[in-house]
Amino acid sequence: MSVLIYAENQNGKFPKSALEAVSYGAEVAAMMGTDAIAITCGSINGDGGLGNAGASNVWVANAPTSDSQLMGKLIVAAAAKANANVIIFSHDVAGKMVAPRVAARLDAGLVPGATALPGADFVVRKNVFSGKAIADVAIHTTNKVITVLPNSLGVKNTGATAAVEAFAFDAGASRITVKEVKSENKDGEIPLPEAELVVSAGRGMKGPEHWGPIEELAKILGATTACSRPVSDIGWRPHHEHVGQTGVTIRPNLYIAVGISGAIQHLAGVNGSKIIVVINKDPEAPFFKAADYGIVGDAFEVLPKIIEAAKAFKAAH
Amino acid sequence: MKILVCISKAPDTTSKIAFTDGGSKFDENGVQFIVNPYDEWYALVRALELKETIGGTVTILSVGGTDYEPIIRKALAIGADEAVRIDAAESDSLYVAKQIAAYANGKGFDIIFCGKETINFNGSIVPGMVAELLDLPFVSLANKLNVNGNTATIEREVAGGEEVIEVNTPFVVSAAKGMAEQRIPNMRGIMAARTKPLEVVPAAAAEAATSVKSYSLPPAKSGCKYIDAENAGSLIQLLHEEAKAI
Ligand SMILES: Cc1cc2nc3c(=O)[nH]c(=O)nc-3n(C[C@H](O)[C@H](O)[C@H](O)COP(=O)(O)OP(=O)(O)OC[C@H]3O[C@@H](n4cnc5c(N)ncnc54)[C@H](O)[C@@H]3O)c2cc1C
Ligand SMILES: Nc1ncnc2c1ncn2[C@@H]1O[C@H](COP(=O)(O)O)[C@@H](O)[C@H]1O
Repeated sequence: MSVLIYAENQNGKFPKSALEAVSYGAEVAAMMGTDAIAITCGSINGDGGLGNAGASNVWVANAPTSDSQLMGKLIVAAAAKANANVIIFSHDVAGKMVAPRVAARLDAGLVPGATALPGADFVVRKNVFSGKAIADVAIHTTNKVITVLPNSLGVKNTGATAAVEAFAFDAGASRITVKEVKSENKDGEIPLPEAELVVSAGRGMKGPEHWGPIEELAKILGATTACSRPVSDIGWRPHHEHVGQTGVTIRPNLYIAVGISGAIQHLAGVNGSKIIVVINKDPEAPFFKAADYGIVGDAFEVLPKIIEAAKAFKAAH
Repeated sequence: MKILVCISKAPDTTSKIAFTDGGSKFDENGVQFIVNPYDEWYALVRALELKETIGGTVTILSVGGTDYEPIIRKALAIGADEAVRIDAAESDSLYVAKQIAAYANGKGFDIIFCGKETINFNGSIVPGMVAELLDLPFVSLANKLNVNGNTATIEREVAGGEEVIEVNTPFVVSAAKGMAEQRIPNMRGIMAARTKPLEVVPAAAAEAATSVKSYSLPPAKSGCKYIDAENAGSLIQLLHEEAKAI
């Protein structure tokens, strides 16, 4: 018996969400008194840091990661070889693609987006109602699949190294043809779902030509930019920046919201942020109720002061 | 083109979220239910656009009790041709997926549309399960979808960007933002919806693989600490020293 974790390899590097999934799997394995085996695709450098995140073994396979059907077969084959009845993914794009297929194939209960380790009787905590509530979900089946919500549990470093071996798998022909991959992020910018620091702005900025200070503050802090839905709908900002109920869900350590009213549909995408800063000229803006720090004032007067302080801070640290 | 759209029911996005029976049940008191936004705005509307350009039928399918009927009528008012309700409690994702797969199996649907996720359970897993149970390709988190003959070209979200893929029908797709614009049903649609066929199908035999033991509310924020606008720069120091966020 063992715990199997799928770790998504992005061009030879493992994103934090993959390391978090491995770390989660290692803790579940420890609870069960067994080993954590990580499986990945593509080429990796050494053990890719997966040993340090808790994996005892790393299996490297060759399969088309854009085809959920073949990836599902790969994971099911690896689970059989590892004799694993607990399988862990990150609740990221890859996890949402492959985990449900694996669960259906193995007739396994699946808890998507776990925010805590399983308790007694495999009850797993997850957010529901777009972060407005929490559910404790029991898995009744022998085979169990869990996807781990990124940026909610962190990585426990063990200092260990994992044994790496190839995992032979013949994927067969894919029914999906990849035509083009478009990267939306500017060079060096961290994609929004993975960002730990986010500076976001809304209709209060009055027009796209006023985004300079938002971008500048983000750049100084090393943050990624985001926006409210109307702002992307009217084309002031690109669609992939839209956070909220119908956009991207984020869980950064810091979310700075400038000129955003804080409608419930916006909050649904950002209420998992650890620290929320709200800058709004209206003291009655609903966002202040969800904020840790608030500044009531005109963004165009407040932002230059913050930018100046951020510059000084970065120069000193 | 024969299209199936899986429609789930969700509390209106502004609903107050509360629980009864010792945290075991969602408190529906005063809650308005809507068609899950991803299913309506994106999946259903794109399915209707395809029907309008290349012809065919759009069937909507829900797994749920009689309480589903008002939202099924709403989806019919937006323009779907017919509806099916599988008479079963939506207890667990795998259970729901098995119901959908059991119904769709052998009916020759070219595209099975789902939403990206339900806004109450936030699973994002039913569509992938349906695809696996029907042995079909699955395209997750699709932002754009066009069909040419029996080949679909789809743009979908991947880590750090987008991917353009091609897939032949039949397949399952989960729809995200960008796929279509919201449509408001007009009076004619609402009238027509009353007489469109709604077939009720008994549940297939299956067990729930998971169950919610209890619900709770997240701990409340301790309150907002206000910083004087004149002194806005001090935010940076607080974020570093007190919040340890930078
Ligand atoms: C089903 C559904 C789904 C939705 N999904 C989303 C979603 O995913 N994401 C999302 O964001 N929205 C979503 N919405 C829309 C949401 O309800 C709000 O309309 C939207 O979030 C408002 O955007 P905003 O705060 O930028 O604009 P506004 O509501 O117009 O607020 C602008 C704010 O800026 C402040 N302001 C103005 N000038 C200044 C200034 N000079 N300095 C400082 N502050 C200033 C104002 O006081 C105000 O609070 C959804 C709505 C529905 C019905
Ligand atoms: N009870 C249901 N009836 C019909 N379709 C559903 C049901 N529950 C979920 N779905 C579909 O599956 C998608 C994803 O649901 P979930 O995995 O629960 O987030 C939804 O957007 C719907 O398209």
